[in-house]
Amino acid sequence: MTNSPMTKGIASARLPIDSYTQNFADLHPPFDAHEAAVAADRCYFCYDAPCQEACPTDIDIPLFIRQISTGTPEAAALTIFEQNIMGGMCARVCPTETLCEEVCVRETAEGKPVKIGHLQRYATDTWMNKGTQPFERAPVTGKKIAVVGAGPAGLSCAHRLARLGHDVVVYDHREKAGGLNEFGIAAYKSVDGFAKREVDWLLSIGGITVENGKALGEDLSIEGLSAEYDAVFLAIGLGGVNALRADGEDMQGVEDAVDFIEGLRKADNKSTLAVGRNVVVIGGGMTAVDAAVQSKLLGAQNVTMVYRRGKDRMAASEFEQELATAKGVQIIYNAQPVALHGDGAVSAIEFEYTVQDGDQLNGTGETIKLPADQVFKAIGQTLIAPEGLTLDGRKIAVSETGQTSRKGVWAGGDCATGGDDLTVTAVAEGRDAAMDIHATLMA
Amino acid sequence: MADLTSNFIGISSPNPFWLASAPPTDKEYNVRRAFEAGWGGVVWKTLGEEGPPVVNVNGPRYGAIHGADRRLLGLNNIELITDRPLQQNLEEITRVKKDYPDRAIIVSLMVPCEEQPWKDILMAVKDTGADGVELNFGCPHGMAERGMGGAVGQVPEYIEMVTRWCKKHTKMPVIVKLTPNITDIRLPAEAALRGGADAVSLINTINSITSVDLDAMSPEPMIDGKGTHGGYCGPAVKPIALNMVAEIARNPETAKLPISGIGGVTTWRDAAEFMALGCGNVQVCTAVMTYGFKIVEEMISGLSQWMDEKGYTSIDDFVGMAVPNVTDWQYLNLNFITKAVIDPDACIKCGRCYAACEDTSHQAIEMSADRVFSVKDDECVACNLCVNVCPVEGCITMKEIPAGEIDERTGKPVEKAYGNWVDHPNNPGNSCASG
Repeated sequence: MTNSPMTKGIASARLPIDSYTQNFADLHPPFDAHEAAVAADRCYFCYDAPCQEACPTDIDIPLFIRQISTGTPEAAALTIFEQNIMGGMCARVCPTETLCEEVCVRETAEGKPVKIGHLQRYATDTWMNKGTQPFERAPVTGKKIAVVGAGPAGLSCAHRLARLGHDVVVYDHREKAGGLNEFGIAAYKSVDGFAKREVDWLLSIGGITVENGKALGEDLSIEGLSAEYDAVFLAIGLGGVNALRADGEDMQGVEDAVDFIEGLRKADNKSTLAVGRNVVVIGGGMTAVDAAVQSKLLGAQNVTMVYRRGKDRMAASEFEQELATAKGVQIIYNAQPVALHGDGAVSAIEFEYTVQDGDQLNGTGETIKLPADQVFKAIGQTLIAPEGLTLDGRKIAVSETGQTSRKGVWAGGDCATGGDDLTVTAVAEGRDAAMDIHATLMA
Repeated sequence: MADLTSNFIGISSPNPFWLASAPPTDKEYNVRRAFEAGWGGVVWKTLGEEGPPVVNVNGPRYGAIHGADRRLLGLNNIELITDRPLQQNLEEITRVKKDYPDRAIIVSLMVPCEEQPWKDILMAVKDTGADGVELNFGCPHGMAERGMGGAVGQVPEYIEMVTRWCKKHTKMPVIVKLTPNITDIRLPAEAALRGGADAVSLINTINSITSVDLDAMSPEPMIDGKGTHGGYCGPAVKPIALNMVAEIARNPETAKLPISGIGGVTTWRDAAEFMALGCGNVQVCTAVMTYGFKIVEEMISGLSQWMDEKGYTSIDDFVGMAVPNVTDWQYLNLNFITKAVIDPDACIKCGRCYAACEDTSHQAIEMSADRVFSVKDDECVACNLCVNVCPVEGCITMKEIPAGEIDERTGKPVEKAYGNWVDHPNNPGNSCASG
């Protein structure tokens, strides 16, 4: 090892080689059978359970936990998959602390919710480790549906449609299916190629063809798909990244956080990835946390996350913020970027402090300058809007069941209105759109 | 600090906590550890006749029922009486008693139902220095098939006969241990009294199959693919034991017969409950088999603290105090009216009270859209199910409606006078009598 966290500039191999394996290991190691039994015992089997209400996919949580506690985690998995075919990934990436576990009555009672996410993972892992597909296809209907985007919304929709007997072609611009499950989440949240395994397992239902390297607006058009297929489901996500609108944004060393995260997901050997000695991440969401934490895990000496508003407005949950600080990330609230400094490559970034005045955010005039070899922008992604569809704000306008303004075209996931931009929300929207497409086509 | 000294039928011990005749009292080694831990006395595991000892199975002897977090709630066993030579046991008893003169040692006995074997075993025990004997008329498995244990305890005439032999052949106090595997516990207790017993102890274990292995299709514990009924004990049997103790304590025939309480005693509170229902002391087994001998420290400190709080200076101050309040259903006051009350601050909104009441009881709990639960007084019959299923202790309580106030369910004022079924107009017996 020639480099260390103190090596100047952007460098790879800052840490001893063993550290990478340790740093990027499973964030929450899975429950063993005993841990699952103990955790499941804590569930009160609530009436009209608040946790189920809070789950965007409406999983019958008390039932699946009871099934675990009675020694049938496979039945528990079926309860989960019936509502959420990507229950395995959701168990890993869902911000349970702001969904099911936040409203668990044991959170109310003791400040310690039932570990619903861990239990869901226990059940789904038990099933998926056997590798079998839980559902059978209905007799083939002869209907063909195009799904654009092989992320959670697209795959959830495709699976439900295939299950109902339709034939589905899923197009994706990347060379590998999975979308943000594959490329957009921190490496330590989904280890051992789980995203790929889940996709393969999901596709094993049959009736789904995946065509990679096909992008909407380039190889595909809504017009063309509508002509060729009985229905179209758009799950194209947010392809654009918001700009900082600060001087020096195009300097070397300034990157989009999503690209950095994708690079991490693709790299088998994390020691080959270069990271700055002083890293600054701009933004306050999950992407910002994922980029900041992983910079630290790659060996950056100083990582600072800077968010322009206060802690209470931060999109990243309390748990995520604590994870970041526990890993050594410093979080600065109420500071907005004004200029990047450097000679070709960035060497420092300047922020102005802010105050919130109602909905208005005002600069105070006071600035701070942080040394920075690498700056990650994580201030949100934007829709690259497909032509001919009505938008609502910056997203494709859809009905409750995902219908767009164009007949025969549905949309869901991050590209469409409705719900938070979460994996679990995308899965729910894909599923619900599939049910509506089915109802429409079979009417 | 309260004085926990116990004097049970003339046998003194520093506290009323004895270990029951069972595996924990099978050997000198265990009993010494028990006394070092602080147990007041032991009933040495049942001795059999001189000669080759019984043999035990070499597969599992115990089966169990678990609650949440694998808390052991009930234990069942198919172990027999001691499988060690009589002489060895007698020597060990002698040694231990000599070293622990202040502790009670009672020797449990079980021999065939003939006078001579009982006479012989009593003679053998006499020289050990033991404080008394306990006649094992209870073990429901194995030995009962050979005409001993529970087979004797199920026939009051045999209980009386054997007790009489024992009283004839020993000067030691004789405790008769009763089996619960009968229909009316008062009859064997009365028989023991007629035979001259100094006390009864109860309950022995309950006939049981704890579970079935669904792969092997065999009862548990399973020995080479087969199972047999065993004796059930532990916290799960405590309610059955308390009732049997109370039935003997309030039966005029046996009201003065001393009782040693057994059956699921796990904490000081369990012990106090048995004693309140008339037991002079208690015997413990499953709790120590689950947690070890150290629990006696909690039992001593807990009972002592409670006695201090209540102002009881000796255990005799409260033994039997609950007996007068054990009555027949027909004498319960039907004019006593309560309603459930849910404390919204303590409520964690799980809705179990609602599910229980709505699905299985009287539809007397209302659930608002934001999960606030409240009792409908006009439907509540005060069944207590909501209290029982609520996971938060003290969240739901039963509030007495004072005399004169309207019971919204009946629309009638609550009567001040006591009124029971005996005098109730709907009682056909009453109508006949008055008509």
